[in-house]
Amino acid sequence: MSHGPITEWKEDGSSEYKTKLGVIMFLLYVIVYIGFILLNTLDPKLMGIDVLKVNLAIVYGIGLIVYALILAIIYNFLCTKKENEMAVINKAKEEIK
Amino acid sequence: MKYEASTLAIMIFLFIVALVLFISFYYSRKGKNSDDYYKAGGNIHWGVNGVAFAGDYLSAASFLGICGMISIAGYDGFLYSIGYLAGWIVALFVVAEPMKKLGKYTFTDALDSKFNSKGIQFFAALSTLIVSMFYLIPQMVGAGSLVEPLLGIPYWGGVLIVGTIVIIIVATAGMASTTYVQFLKGGLLIVFSVIITIMILNNGISTDPDNNFQNYHDFVELPITEINGDVITLEDSSYTIGTSFKTETYWFVKIMIDSKETIWEVDQENNVLKETLFITNKANGDTYYNGAPREDAQFYLVGHMSEVNGSETGDTGSVGVFEFIEQIKEGTVVLWSTKVVHDGDDIITIYYQHEVPGSEVLAPGLKFKVDTDKGATIFDQLDFISLMLALFLGTAGLPHILIRYYTVASPAAARKSTIVAIFAIGFFYLLTMFMGLGAMVNGAIDLSNSNMSAPLLARGFGIWIFAMISAIAFATVLGTVSGLIVASSGAVAHDVMDRFMGIKMTDKQKVMAGKISAIVVGVIAMALGILFKGMNVSYLVGWAFSVAASANLPAIIMVLFWKKTTAKGVVASISVGLISSMTIILLSQSVYTGVYHLVDVTAPMPINNPAIISVPLSFLAIIIVSLLTKKKPTELQT
Repeated sequence: MSHGPITEWKEDGSSEYKTKLGVIMFLLYVIVYIGFILLNTLDPKLMGIDVLKVNLAIVYGIGLIVYALILAIIYNFLCTKKENEMAVINKAKEEIK
Repeated sequence: MKYEASTLAIMIFLFIVALVLFISFYYSRKGKNSDDYYKAGGNIHWGVNGVAFAGDYLSAASFLGICGMISIAGYDGFLYSIGYLAGWIVALFVVAEPMKKLGKYTFTDALDSKFNSKGIQFFAALSTLIVSMFYLIPQMVGAGSLVEPLLGIPYWGGVLIVGTIVIIIVATAGMASTTYVQFLKGGLLIVFSVIITIMILNNGISTDPDNNFQNYHDFVELPITEINGDVITLEDSSYTIGTSFKTETYWFVKIMIDSKETIWEVDQENNVLKETLFITNKANGDTYYNGAPREDAQFYLVGHMSEVNGSETGDTGSVGVFEFIEQIKEGTVVLWSTKVVHDGDDIITIYYQHEVPGSEVLAPGLKFKVDTDKGATIFDQLDFISLMLALFLGTAGLPHILIRYYTVASPAAARKSTIVAIFAIGFFYLLTMFMGLGAMVNGAIDLSNSNMSAPLLARGFGIWIFAMISAIAFATVLGTVSGLIVASSGAVAHDVMDRFMGIKMTDKQKVMAGKISAIVVGVIAMALGILFKGMNVSYLVGWAFSVAASANLPAIIMVLFWKKTTAKGVVASISVGLISSMTIILLSQSVYTGVYHLVDVTAPMPINNPAIISVPLSFLAIIIVSLLTKKKPTELQT
């Protein structure tokens, strides 16, 4: 029984690059997130020290949210760039054919 | 606390309901086939889909629950915001594009795309239903409890209204109407959260949080002349001290004032009696709030600072974003602790004040016990890590979130809509800190129901914004419930009836099967909502995240990244994840105390959050079983 996706789109050859990039970005976030959890768990007092007029807990917490937004923008920028590159290459290949 | 239903709130509520119904009937004329029903034709713009993601994800638990938790537990409540957002990183970087590529209507399709296995079809559908039901029940209970005070409609009426409207949304146009309802709700929620945050900053912080039309109760202290053993003499001799509730750690006394019963905390250090709030559960089932029936509105709102700007009568005037947090950190916040005492056959819950430095409110430790210096054990610490793990891994395993990847046209659109979602949701979660802390210092906490903090804060700023926030809170429930019902109806009609059972249906019949499933799931959700009335069911959303992280995510990750994964491995992973996470939850202390009501019984499981054990178990299951059932590439798997 066929149960593949109905919506058709062309595989443009950028998947492998995007998957690798996704894993790298994921690890970049995970390291900082694990640091946050461990700091909260093992040294909660350190989270109370003053940083930028507030404290480390607030700066790190807000920082994690903002960090996610920044990584998301970079990821999309690089993926879109690759997709555009592949589109040019694929078009050239078709023209050669 | 008693809430007056406002005409404006009812009018705005009716307007939003009318808008939602209009959207549903408008799209019902457009969509006819199963593509339209399950994935809105697969042509939703990624921007719209992204905001709809936010509308789907930001449930009552996010909006009401997190704001409420921050208002009573400070920074520890904000940890939920951080964990819930972090989950989207997994969704974006690991799951978004491959899910779109592999699946058709449901996440079961994606898991099963390489196998065509009856086992996967059944177990993934079962997992979808279990996770969705855990999510649905608190939404329905939330709907009933919200509508009761805000619109003056009885609890069961609220559940029926939500159930009926959601069934109409889903059964008319399926995912198309659901998407636009979620888009509408997500947009409104974010815009009005910004408005409230601006108002909080503009209002600033004062030690006397007098709001526009709700006078803040002035909590008083009675000077003590002498304490002799258990006998207290007050300066004002007209007060007669009654029953004492005294142990080594606390001391409360009853005093009759103007023939009204009051309870006071004895502060021996400062030689004063401090006013408390209390709820009395009588043996005959009646409940009294501060000694009076609920209608008398004697159970005051709380939440203030006792020292602002270095003064006991401080007022900051309007403040900036960081100055707001800094002012709380430098000041002193009055928080409320709870003690339950027995008075004959009556059970009295006493809420008493204690001052906490702002710096402690803004650091971890008020809710989660993680500091070993304060008596936290290794299990307390593991429990906390486990919760943060479940929040991180749960999001990308929630079926009602995953189905939204099929409403867009391409993997790139799936990625872009996830990024819009991260921005919308991340921005909203940043605002939860200001709304929660705003409620904490502006007298907007109802100690009998912390979920009302955000609407009550809005009420302090004016009736129109209160009416709007009430209507949005209701729309929040509609948006999330409709997403859950689409996911459940897909699991029943598409995964089980069409694929697993192999019932031959025309496309029209498939749509009809989806709609009938939606109606059945909706009716079951209404029944459960009424059945669970009065129960604190907020923990069910936590269960949903733990089960999704344990049963669904390991299978998704391994199918995507490990070529040796077999169908039997996937089935083993889902079932081991389901069973292990549920077993740990059902044998945990929080369920023993909160659900079974077993007093002084130690539960066998030392942690409440299962992810730290059940997620690795689920991964182990898929690896071991896949290796044991490895087949040659040409062989068909069953």
